[in-house]
Amino acid sequence: MAEFKEAPAGASTLVQASTWLNNRFPSAFDAYRVHLSEYYAPKNFNFWYFFGALALLVLVIQIVTGIFLTMHYKPDANLAFASVEYIMRDVPWGWLVRYMHSTGASAFFVIIYLHMFRGMIYGSYRKPRELVWIFGCAIFLCLMAEAFMGYLLPWGQMSYWGAQVIINLFAAIPFVGADLSLLIRGDYVVGDATLNRFFSLHVIAVPLVLLGLVVAHLLALHDVGSNNPDGVEIKAKRDPKTGIPLDGIPFHPYYTVHDIMGVSVFLMLFTAVIFFAPEMGGYFLEYNNFIPADPLKTPLHIAPVWYFTPYYSMLRAVTDDMVNVFAVLVGVAGVLAFLKGGLKGLWKLVPLVGAVVVALLLKTFDAKFWGVVVMGGAVIILFALPWLDRSPVNSIRYRPSWNRWMYGAFVANFAILGYYGIQPVTVAGTFISQAGTLFYFGFFLLMPWWSRLGEFKPVPDRVTFQPH
Amino acid sequence: MKKLFLTLMAALSLLGSVGSANAAADGIAWDKFPTQRMTDMASLQNGAKLFVNYCLNCHNAAFMRFNRLRDIGLTEQQIKDNLVFTGAKVGDLMKTSMDPKDAKEWFGGVPPDLTLIARSRSSISKGTGADYVYTYLRSYYRDETKATGWNNAAFPGVGMPHVLWELQGQQRAVFVDEKDPHDAKKVVTVMKGYEPITVGTMTAREYDDSVADLVAFLQWMGEPNQNSRVRLGVWVLIFLGVFTVIAWRLNAAFWKDIK
Repeated sequence: MAEFKEAPAGASTLVQASTWLNNRFPSAFDAYRVHLSEYYAPKNFNFWYFFGALALLVLVIQIVTGIFLTMHYKPDANLAFASVEYIMRDVPWGWLVRYMHSTGASAFFVIIYLHMFRGMIYGSYRKPRELVWIFGCAIFLCLMAEAFMGYLLPWGQMSYWGAQVIINLFAAIPFVGADLSLLIRGDYVVGDATLNRFFSLHVIAVPLVLLGLVVAHLLALHDVGSNNPDGVEIKAKRDPKTGIPLDGIPFHPYYTVHDIMGVSVFLMLFTAVIFFAPEMGGYFLEYNNFIPADPLKTPLHIAPVWYFTPYYSMLRAVTDDMVNVFAVLVGVAGVLAFLKGGLKGLWKLVPLVGAVVVALLLKTFDAKFWGVVVMGGAVIILFALPWLDRSPVNSIRYRPSWNRWMYGAFVANFAILGYYGIQPVTVAGTFISQAGTLFYFGFFLLMPWWSRLGEFKPVPDRVTFQPH
Repeated sequence: MKKLFLTLMAALSLLGSVGSANAAADGIAWDKFPTQRMTDMASLQNGAKLFVNYCLNCHNAAFMRFNRLRDIGLTEQQIKDNLVFTGAKVGDLMKTSMDPKDAKEWFGGVPPDLTLIARSRSSISKGTGADYVYTYLRSYYRDETKATGWNNAAFPGVGMPHVLWELQGQQRAVFVDEKDPHDAKKVVTVMKGYEPITVGTMTAREYDDSVADLVAFLQWMGEPNQNSRVRLGVWVLIFLGVFTVIAWRLNAAFWKDIK
């Protein structure tokens, strides 16, 4: 406990108020210093570094608009659809709040995908930032749950049938699937019970977890310090007198004022969608969702919202043929590990036996179940990224040039998977999705091998920066 | 080739889904709805009149209040005198007096609510919902094989008979057999157009005009503030444009210290 300070006689009201507060709540002043005025961030942040702050902005938009929507929304299968239209028509400015929330959901995913991609290309997940990345992946997972449950609430045809399809996936899990899907729905079909529990989870349970994780993400980040486009550790070179990193600048005011600029540009794009194309051509608000949910009428084509479609594509890619491909790949991996794994004695047999067991399991359970595993695995594998990347350098700037093509192909592949996740199933589409799924997993699972290959460029001691 | 591909996609999309519809169930390509009607108050008002006279007897517009029609330039008194027939109050929702049970018995199903019909029928590949309704209301033809005696080229096997037939007159569809462009050995039946059976009280042109007004109203009803939303958006973007310049210069002023 610091000693009680007195404001000097005749001090201004501001100084008196701040002294009063400092005596009673010094943590507020500490927090301001640690996280803003004395948080030293590398000075060479580029375009990619706007998305963290923007994600926080959209989180706030979603929470605030969500609070106002909750005031008028009715989580009841008989009233939900009409209450959304009531918000759109009769509640003053309700349409704006609703469009902000619906556009905000898509904007959130755009921003998070770009934010994650930034982490990937600059190696922001690498030692000592593994936990920052893991908290981030957990946030992404929560966000998916939040978006999925929120999408049921308008109670339109797509809400209803999208939820029906996804919850039925859980039924494919062996032994517990049927009970698990029943537990999620609270009924044998998606109905009022489902709507009520999804509402509860969407407005309170998941947001609480999400906020906690965001705090953990930021605290962990501020403990280890931000990475930068060069992947250089700025704490390695400090001013000998002050101990401040030579390439670090206080977050406030430099990055707050910088982010205000980014926020302004983002808001131009965001409001352009809200005011001129709130449906975004049927991708942000699906047209079918303007028809009230009807359990007796299955739409011809059920597609999830765009941000889930890469994963949905991978789910649909897992057919019986694809399971055979997996079995062969597991076999090859087992033989390779047997021959080149460097294991001794009886241990040498472990990969072979393991491969046989996995292949048997693959053929035992339904392809639908493995589809669910693949879809979940596509997200879960992100958690392992800090340990999959064995490159001697962090940033793509100093990795072999062909790495750029590798990451470019990864993005293109993700987009192609997304495209085929929206489209109805076709023979060609399934084939492309299968190739895309193999590439997606190959990119991560073979990373310990390919990330070490090639000629690396010398990493500078200090960050590269041109004054503006 | 493209058509074949689309047909293949549509056909495959049905695999595993309920229903026995085929690719032809999608109906004909849609005409373009004349969107300039959306800003023409007289058109919207005429559309509202047609809507309450011809549609509201069986269909609900249950998310829409009568007095919202003030937004298309009508006074509350005008709405009360000319558009409310059921004894509803002017602040009430636009509901039909038909009992859903009767509807089921008479038509085999409850007619869908029309508040959001134009919005919900948009298609990423075929056009806007307004295009669809504009095409649909002009594509009825006589078909004695159907229970109602009517069929529709934009909605094959439609349940609703042609409500506007007195205005349009009756027409039949002309089908011809043509060689399949993708397979010379096959013959496909193609609809070539319509030929009139009886004339209506309107000429073809007047009819199209009235339908366009009605569709303008349906499109407007899907989101009554759609025009004001766009106008407000322009101001918001102008503000943000100015703010971006200020933020940019403010940023530059701070960052000139960083070397």
